[in-house]
Amino acid sequence: MSVLRPMDKLPDLNKATVLLVSTEDALLQQLADSMLKEDCASELRVHLTKSLPLPSSVARPRIDLIVFVITLHSSFQNVEESLHHVDSNFFLGKVCFLVTGAGRDSHCSVHRNTVAKLAHTYRSPLLFCDLEVESFRATVAQRLVRMLQICAGHVPGVSGLNLLSLMRSPSPPPEEL
Amino acid sequence: MDETVAEFIRRTILKIPVCEMMTILKTWNFLSESQLQTVNFRQRKESLAQDLLLLCEEKCATVQDMALLDIVYTQVHRHQKLWNVFQMSKGPDEDVDLFDMEQFKISFKKILQRALKNVTVSFRDAEKNAVWIRVAWGTQYSKPNQYKPTFVVYYSQTPYAFTSSSYLKSTLPLLKQALTIASQHHQIVQMDLRSRHLDSLQAIVFKEYNQIFENHNPTPPLQERSLGLDKNMDLRIIHENTLEKERIQRVTQEAFGDYPQPQLEFAQYKLETKFKSDLGRSILANRDEPFRCLIKFSSPHLLEALKSLAPAGIADAPLSPLLTCIPSKGMNYFKIRDK
Repeated sequence: MSVLRPMDKLPDLNKATVLLVSTEDALLQQLADSMLKEDCASELRVHLTKSLPLPSSVARPRIDLIVFVITLHSSFQNVEESLHHVDSNFFLGKVCFLVTGAGRDSHCSVHRNTVAKLAHTYRSPLLFCDLEVESFRATVAQRLVRMLQICAGHVPGVSGLNLLSLMRSPSPPPEEL
Repeated sequence: MDETVAEFIRRTILKIPVCEMMTILKTWNFLSESQLQTVNFRQRKESLAQDLLLLCEEKCATVQDMALLDIVYTQVHRHQKLWNVFQMSKGPDEDVDLFDMEQFKISFKKILQRALKNVTVSFRDAEKNAVWIRVAWGTQYSKPNQYKPTFVVYYSQTPYAFTSSSYLKSTLPLLKQALTIASQHHQIVQMDLRSRHLDSLQAIVFKEYNQIFENHNPTPPLQERSLGLDKNMDLRIIHENTLEKERIQRVTQEAFGDYPQPQLEFAQYKLETKFKSDLGRSILANRDEPFRCLIKFSSPHLLEALKSLAPAGIADAPLSPLLTCIPSKGMNYFKIRDK
């Protein structure tokens, strides 16, 4: 079982790579475009995939941040299975869950609490955003680029783990009835 | 001119959008060029309708002329009706008789008039050996209701007829009988195919939807297209799963082809199968009776929507054959039972 490890490759000078994971390609493409529009001192690379494990490739740079984009109106079984292929060291601040589609309540087949529980289990931050609205997408892209820079070590004095402890929510999500 | 005829023509004219008015009136071919030139088409519709009615009065429009206008209007606005498809067949030993359109029309009209004294039957020939038939139904004692007619499009060289859904269900057997006998067939069966788009139904039934026409600039081979080699694509974005994407494109193309899909609005699946559950014990699982369930897919363009499901990542490729077989089987209403 091939597993994605955070430290198995050497970092490239001034490069930061993020891996976006989601079944919906169009959404990822839009998010990637928004992220690349941001002004950033580091050289950004965005990798898009539907699920893990990734096909083996020597040319792939070290992944600094993994963002799992979950749409509430499709099943997230894909995300759960992909999580098995991520090394546990990634969960020290280098993984983030991004949820979209919460606005259209009638279309939601996954409850928000389910995703909140997932994020809590993996001790990773959970962001909510409606990716279809351009302004919201630009805002979350800004946050993700900042997180990416920190996780790649480009911000002196702050590491991914520091950021994680700052972003941790105070209590676990309420139990499902 | 009869009161009912005048009122019907007036209402039909009011239904026609102003931009189509001239075309429809010219196709109707009842009012002459010179008469039409005397009318001001830029005035309010009510006044326009009055003027046109006066002209129709001068020419003494009859019920048949009125019916013809209705046919022309429906031909232009065919998507306002829901069309059903009927397939006729001859008996096994019957010879193929030469088809005579005039004989068909006379026979069809006679059968209906013999059964119901009051019925208005009108015909209008169309291209590809087709004839549009309009039937307004009455009873032995009441005049035909001109506002709820049934339209039939019959392709004489084929065993297929398309009818608009009628509010009057009781008239269907008689219509079927008239069609069958007049066209010298033996049996008629309603296909499980319905849509508002008559042209798409015809394309499906005559198997014309999968014709790919060669044009000057043939589309680039699948490989290039699916990888989306676009000069504008940002090189900082890398797609990890190109192999998978190519596979999905290939599978989708095999299932749906390269051609534009015929337009249907829904597909309905009536399930009468036993409930199967992986969870073992479940209230619904251990029953002998089938679990009845109706699943309906609707879309303005159902087949194109299904075709884009796998590439969009919403469904796995290959799609269920129950979805992909719709045009080839010519059905969009399915009954699924346990084998």
